[in-house]
Amino acid sequence: MTMSEHTIKAFDADLQDLTRVVAEMGGLAERQIAKAIEALDRRDPALADKVIAEDAKIDALQREIEEKAVLTIARRQPMAVDLREIVGALRVSNDLERIGDLAKNIAKRVGALEEDFGSQQVMRGVEHMADLVLAQVKDVLDSFANRDSAKALAVWRNDEEIDAVNNSLFRELLTYMMEDPRNISYCIHLLFCAKNIERMGDHATNIAETVYFIAEGRTLAEERPKGDNTASTKVPFRN
Amino acid sequence: MSLAVDRYAIPVPPIQGASAPPGALVEKIATRQLNFFYGANRALKDVNTPLYAKQVTAFVGPSGCGKSTLLRVLNRVYDLYPNQRAEGEVLLDGENILSPTQDVNLLRARIGMVFQKPTPFPMSIYENIAFGVRLYERLGRQELDGRVEQALRRAALWDEVKDKLAANGLSLSGGQQQRLCIARTVAVKPEVILLDEPCSALDPISTAKVEELIDELKHDYTIAIVTHNMQQAARVSDYTVFMYLGELVEFGTTSKMFTTPTDRRTQDYITGRFG
Repeated sequence: MTMSEHTIKAFDADLQDLTRVVAEMGGLAERQIAKAIEALDRRDPALADKVIAEDAKIDALQREIEEKAVLTIARRQPMAVDLREIVGALRVSNDLERIGDLAKNIAKRVGALEEDFGSQQVMRGVEHMADLVLAQVKDVLDSFANRDSAKALAVWRNDEEIDAVNNSLFRELLTYMMEDPRNISYCIHLLFCAKNIERMGDHATNIAETVYFIAEGRTLAEERPKGDNTASTKVPFRN
Repeated sequence: MSLAVDRYAIPVPPIQGASAPPGALVEKIATRQLNFFYGANRALKDVNTPLYAKQVTAFVGPSGCGKSTLLRVLNRVYDLYPNQRAEGEVLLDGENILSPTQDVNLLRARIGMVFQKPTPFPMSIYENIAFGVRLYERLGRQELDGRVEQALRRAALWDEVKDKLAANGLSLSGGQQQRLCIARTVAVKPEVILLDEPCSALDPISTAKVEELIDELKHDYTIAIVTHNMQQAARVSDYTVFMYLGELVEFGTTSKMFTTPTDRRTQDYITGRFG
């Protein structure tokens, strides 16, 4: 439902300001993901360092959102949809901050991968997964900007594909490790990178839940479709 | 496929006259197709609303929406004015109080009212309370003293006035005067208490005391409160009625009305987007 303006215009300005900072934070998080993957792909420690340094900006934006949200609650005593907007902005900024941390974690591994790197093939898998997650993050940020619960729901349901790619990547990396112990080092690092990307996808679905809550005033109670079975995957030893 | 759980579902009102299980909601008052006229001006339009027993119901809405009018109908204060009339039914325990055979004085003892501005009588604090009690009951001095003390305690005023019961009621502060009026209402042992913006002339601390009092009183009384203060309605009430232009727009649990109202006009009003 599109909203008319508040009688007190400054209240609208407060809410718009909050949404603007969340959008800024979202854009920054997207760029951090893309750059972290690029640094990983090119094994570019300089770019990785930049990603690590940029994370402080995301953290600063989160603090800004928290301050603005608390101040707006104190000054305006928001009700109903307004209150959900503010609580929603707080939740979304938490998820974006975590996404930023995960991108930073990937960047931190670039240095370790610099020298030995095996199959470029497995890197394609990681990239593909990152592309899917980036699309999810972008879509969910769009749904937040437009308070579009249908789009949020689509993102929420779409996480399964990322899980599927993660599963196959997991098996692939296990196979490389079994083939040659010298692969273990880089495979472990890539495994963690893949896990980090998969976690970003989970945060995107969290944001989707928040957007749904803001727009509809209800929480999604359905069980989300999940496809991550790496926790129970076993690969038998062959002699 | 049900995607969401409605945690704020409104309990289904019980059927009138049915024996209600303990803890269930009972309609203490119910208006049926209630219309009210100031001369030719129709101020209430087919209003249907329950007031559940031992619950606080808040009436909110912009100025002129009819919420105070509705309150005035519930104990027939309007009877005092010519050219004002009500149509439809107001059921108190199932009996229509708009019926011409209704004893209005008895009705007002059962349904007490506190107004926006404190209205103590120009007499002593003690007499402010004893006066009403004497109208309905013949009590001995000791019993009457007890009743006055009990009423003042209920209104959280006793400790502040116990040493000056002979002082004029008008010598009290605004907040104390309002609590004196509440004590006066409680003293005649009503069943329903109507509060018409009881805190609008009070400072925040007195307001908090009155709200605390409402919380306390709802264990024994059915309470209706008209307020312009949205936060107050959200704080003190169990049910909220939103009115606009004489119509009842939405009725629901307060938790639902202030988080996820159904009607666009309710949402606009409670979030400060009206007009």
